[in-house]
Amino acid sequence: MDETFDAAIVGAGPAGISAACVLADRGVKVVVLERGEYPGSKNMFGGVLYGSHLRQIIPDYIEKNCPIERNIVESRLWYLSEDGGLSFGYRDRAFFDERRNNAFTVGRAKFDRWFAEQARAKGAVIVCATVVTDLLKDDAGRVTGVKTDRADGDLRAKVVLLADGVNSPLAAKTGFRPEVRPENVALAVKELIAIPEETIDERFGVSPGNGVTCEILGNVTLGMNGVAFLYTNGSSVSIGIGANLADFAMQKARPYEMLESLKTHPMIAPLIKDGKPKEYLAHWLPEGGYDTVPKLYGEGFLIAGDSSMMFNALHREGSNLAMTSGRLAAETILEAIDKNDFSSSGLQGYAKRLHDSYVLKDLEKYRKFPSFLETHKELFTSVPRAACAAAREMLTVDGVPKKIRQTEAWKAIRGQVPPLRLLRLIWDAWRSVR
Amino acid sequence: MSVKVEDKLFLDRFNVDEESHLNLRDGKVCFDKCQDQPCLYVCPANVYKLEKDRISVNYEGCLECGSCRVGCPHFNIEWRFPKGGYGVRHKFG
Repeated sequence: MDETFDAAIVGAGPAGISAACVLADRGVKVVVLERGEYPGSKNMFGGVLYGSHLRQIIPDYIEKNCPIERNIVESRLWYLSEDGGLSFGYRDRAFFDERRNNAFTVGRAKFDRWFAEQARAKGAVIVCATVVTDLLKDDAGRVTGVKTDRADGDLRAKVVLLADGVNSPLAAKTGFRPEVRPENVALAVKELIAIPEETIDERFGVSPGNGVTCEILGNVTLGMNGVAFLYTNGSSVSIGIGANLADFAMQKARPYEMLESLKTHPMIAPLIKDGKPKEYLAHWLPEGGYDTVPKLYGEGFLIAGDSSMMFNALHREGSNLAMTSGRLAAETILEAIDKNDFSSSGLQGYAKRLHDSYVLKDLEKYRKFPSFLETHKELFTSVPRAACAAAREMLTVDGVPKKIRQTEAWKAIRGQVPPLRLLRLIWDAWRSVR
Repeated sequence: MSVKVEDKLFLDRFNVDEESHLNLRDGKVCFDKCQDQPCLYVCPANVYKLEKDRISVNYEGCLECGSCRVGCPHFNIEWRFPKGGYGVRHKFG
């Protein structure tokens, strides 16, 4: 490729395409390199995107037929033992109308493709089936472009945006950020299960086009620090489960066995009954939090999205952080073009922009949350068992006076977790998120 | 629980390259130095299988998550992305 671009973006995911849209809108000559056959063909996430972040990039995304699966009107949080589960949830009229599409589910194969089409329409060049294998550097070590696996594969650019996702052999090779350590990522597997649209409406109690998300914690991750989820799509549900990769290695647990076992839980089995598995996927989540975010820019390059380890584990937010960081990287690139300075100091505005936004504010607020989870494994072992045993006692009606039932419930809790330990847990949890 | 990962991988579409994108740097390390052999467990596609005298690498069903690369305690897995356009191809994602 003989052409020289102002900006080269590695990866056509939410971060890369957001940046490409903003740059192309301002007439910047931008190319996006995607290793998949089409954008989204390699991408996977739980399934939720956020309307307000997409609107900042494509204001008329609804009119432009963004492939939304379901508008989320209710978020559930389940805390499961092996045999039972506590359920919390919140549904609001506002999410049906005036805050419609606050959150919605998408499939990445469709969404990323659509999103990349919007960037292309604005003038960005999207090159698929192309792996970026190395960074081009000048004698001073400044990034001057990328090397690809195409025959005439070198591509020069004034600035490179690395939005190549959490699993980055490019990072491992070039060191633009440290290679991932097992304890800093969660490995998640997900299955797409086809269920007729009306059956989903009925089972989740929603009207057509609306849907529910369930975040699931407890014994389902076999004592490992992890989480599961069940999200509604148009005519399918996404069911997934993940845990810290270091925990997986230590426990010698197989991800797909854990998924299969989750599907038989009494809270879940009836919701996916008679469904037909259609796809099986695996991906990492960058769960290390604020302390694993690398230096976000250098000589001639910036990093955005999952590649920069930006992920809010507590709120399960990632795609929005990717979109915002991509947009802010693009704004920084525009500034650098104005000044014609693509050095580290010319790009330093990126860090300030991220620190001023919710992205790093939130990650900093929850900085201690990942280590809280890692050091309180009882959250995934004895606590859900205690909570469910207590609920079982209190809800059993058989003529036993309530006072005795209450004693039984307390006994069930104390048998699993000493009360002081429980208090300590609550205190530590509060301190990790306040 | 008996579940065959092959049944799950059967649902996926792959554009398989003739050449493997995953290679063991030194097959001996897996036997002489690696007690736990976590690659046999963490891989969600069961790419690594224990044979009589070696670990086989069934790269065709790789889901490209990267877990084996960083999970190998001896960094014995040479890992790159499949060539552009090859490998797993998500229908839904």
